[in-house]
Amino acid sequence: MRFDLPTLPAEASALRGEVRAFLQDWAPRWTPEIRARSWMGFDRAFSEALGARGWIGMCWPRAYGGHERSFLERNVVLEELLAAGAPVGAHWIGDRQSGPLILRLASEEVKRRILPGIAAGTLAFCIGLSEPEAGSDLAALRSNAERRGQGWVLNGRKIWTTFAHKSDHMIALVRTAPAPEGGPRQAGLSQFLVDLTTPGITIRPIRDIAGADSFNEVTFDGVELPADALIGAEGKGWAQATSELAFERSGPDRVLSSFPALVDAVEALRGTGGAEQTVGRMVARLHALRGMSWSVAGQLAAGGLPNVEAALVKDAGNSFEQALPERLRELFHAEDLPEGLRRLLDMLAAMAPTFSLRGGTREILRGIIARDLGLR
Amino acid sequence: MNEIAEQLDRLLAARVTPELLRAAEAGAFAADLWGELEAMGLPLALVPEGLGGAGLGFAEAAPLWLALGRHAAPVPLGEAMLGAGLLGAAGVAPPTGVLTVATSASAVPFGRDAAHVVLGAVALHRHRLAAARTNLTREPRDAVDPGAALAEGTLPDRHGPRAIRFGLALLRAAQMAGAVEKALALAVDWANTRQQFGRPIGRFQAVQQQLAAMAGEVAAAGTAVTLAARAADARGLDGAAFEIACAKIVAGEAATLGAATAHQVFAAMGITEEHELHRLTRRLWAWRDEGGNEKSWAEEVGRDVLARGGAALWPDLTARDVA
Repeated sequence: MRFDLPTLPAEASALRGEVRAFLQDWAPRWTPEIRARSWMGFDRAFSEALGARGWIGMCWPRAYGGHERSFLERNVVLEELLAAGAPVGAHWIGDRQSGPLILRLASEEVKRRILPGIAAGTLAFCIGLSEPEAGSDLAALRSNAERRGQGWVLNGRKIWTTFAHKSDHMIALVRTAPAPEGGPRQAGLSQFLVDLTTPGITIRPIRDIAGADSFNEVTFDGVELPADALIGAEGKGWAQATSELAFERSGPDRVLSSFPALVDAVEALRGTGGAEQTVGRMVARLHALRGMSWSVAGQLAAGGLPNVEAALVKDAGNSFEQALPERLRELFHAEDLPEGLRRLLDMLAAMAPTFSLRGGTREILRGIIARDLGLR
Repeated sequence: MNEIAEQLDRLLAARVTPELLRAAEAGAFAADLWGELEAMGLPLALVPEGLGGAGLGFAEAAPLWLALGRHAAPVPLGEAMLGAGLLGAAGVAPPTGVLTVATSASAVPFGRDAAHVVLGAVALHRHRLAAARTNLTREPRDAVDPGAALAEGTLPDRHGPRAIRFGLALLRAAQMAGAVEKALALAVDWANTRQQFGRPIGRFQAVQQQLAAMAGEVAAAGTAVTLAARAADARGLDGAAFEIACAKIVAGEAATLGAATAHQVFAAMGITEEHELHRLTRRLWAWRDEGGNEKSWAEEVGRDVLARGGAALWPDLTARDVA
């Protein structure tokens, strides 16, 4: 494993300033709960304002609504958004995963139709992966698409699909051919672009422990899709979906999810004694994790695919995100907690279990790391 | 690793044998090894070229310090590099012979073996041994009588009056990063070799998960050291106080978790005298406490962060990014 550090682009610090100034106008509207929900917050108006500034789809070609900025500049914007606790959920998945996938593998017509909307912050995406019987064992999924005429017919059920009920499109991974007898179960899977207004789709929100309705169950009942809904190659969906996991797993969204609580706690403890060691250790850990995340960003920008390094960032980052609210909680008598911080920590307590589940569980990630170390 | 670090790594792999380490722990200085390192010019690596050194920066030196940790090298090469480098930065020509550096005359690494010690900010002393002491690796950490300074110089502001404390913290952090990385490699190798229940223990997820978590600590320690070394080149040791503190904290935490995990994987074998693991783990435990422990540095970082307040935290962190 390698963690060489990139040289930050000269434009980075000016860009930070621009994003910070923009966020300052929005920040007063964000409740402690919104800041605690971080990229699980959903605000179309905010995403559209961000898109208007050119901070979504930053690295994509201008022809598709992008801005042809560098990958490292994009990382600066992501960090600023998350550090502020901005509700970025309406564009996060499209910017991070669905957009890049479409850019890489979809037809020219689809690229021109979809990408400008994502970059403008007006098209929201969700990702259909998990099913009732296929969680960490994703290749066990059963939803399927069959060819009919020029197009496809989709049947099956997805679950735990974040923001399906608020999104415009889903990228769904489904089976288009049975797994070969005795062969890898990952064969025969394909990715589809699904317009969620298509007849035959039922979306049922599932309330979570925080009282929010970000999760959904999505049922496909004879959903007819056009030919160009197939993204990439038929049967190659698994490789397509997993080849860019390093992008999904190494970003600041795996490190900063509970950072707003640190800001508020430090403010509340300012001028008091006794919290120095805890705060110092947390800040030191954050500093090292930022370095690791930036290292992977630099390798990705240079065209590498540092999958194991990305798994290490996510695993170590998730552990930090989960530990941070607990360590902060130890610094206060419950009755002395300022109202805003209490609400932040309450929401984080309900959010934190998901940090080491979403995007690959801790156990799966450590299995990937162990394999790379040469174990098994 | 850069080319010099690879050279050093190869040399140490060949020279630092269990016999050499055993002899060193019994009190015999590894004079032959020191001689080879001196012949390679390594003690002067951080000294400006005008004063006869190689003019390397901390970012180039850090991989050498990791190599010293990886091999548990029983010589004060890191101390000599730091001491000579600071003398050079203060315009004082470094001496020949074994050189060491310390924040206090009461615990001088390899004090009995070194001809000179660098103290203060900065002064070169030809010291005398006052009381022989060792740390838990049985390496000399002697009390010395420094006597009058042979030469004194003033460090530039960028290194400041606490340069030796910062430099030693960075050195020990780098050595820990190297040693914990090596302990991981040994543990992985053993997990693939040792059979129980009819298969290598590394096939068990319980073992895999622990080693994967240790790999995260190894990565964090190495990254924190790289960040600190880069900051020290960009802003001097005093200007890199934050990054060095973070490196010492994170490497110390990695040492704690890494040593415990490696011993768990090696079971009883790892705590036998003949096994090489404890030559790394005892150093990890000792180095956590040298150059300021996690508590000391965390309190320093925490004090600064709390004085600046929550609103300044993120701007302060990002303003330190080295372009």
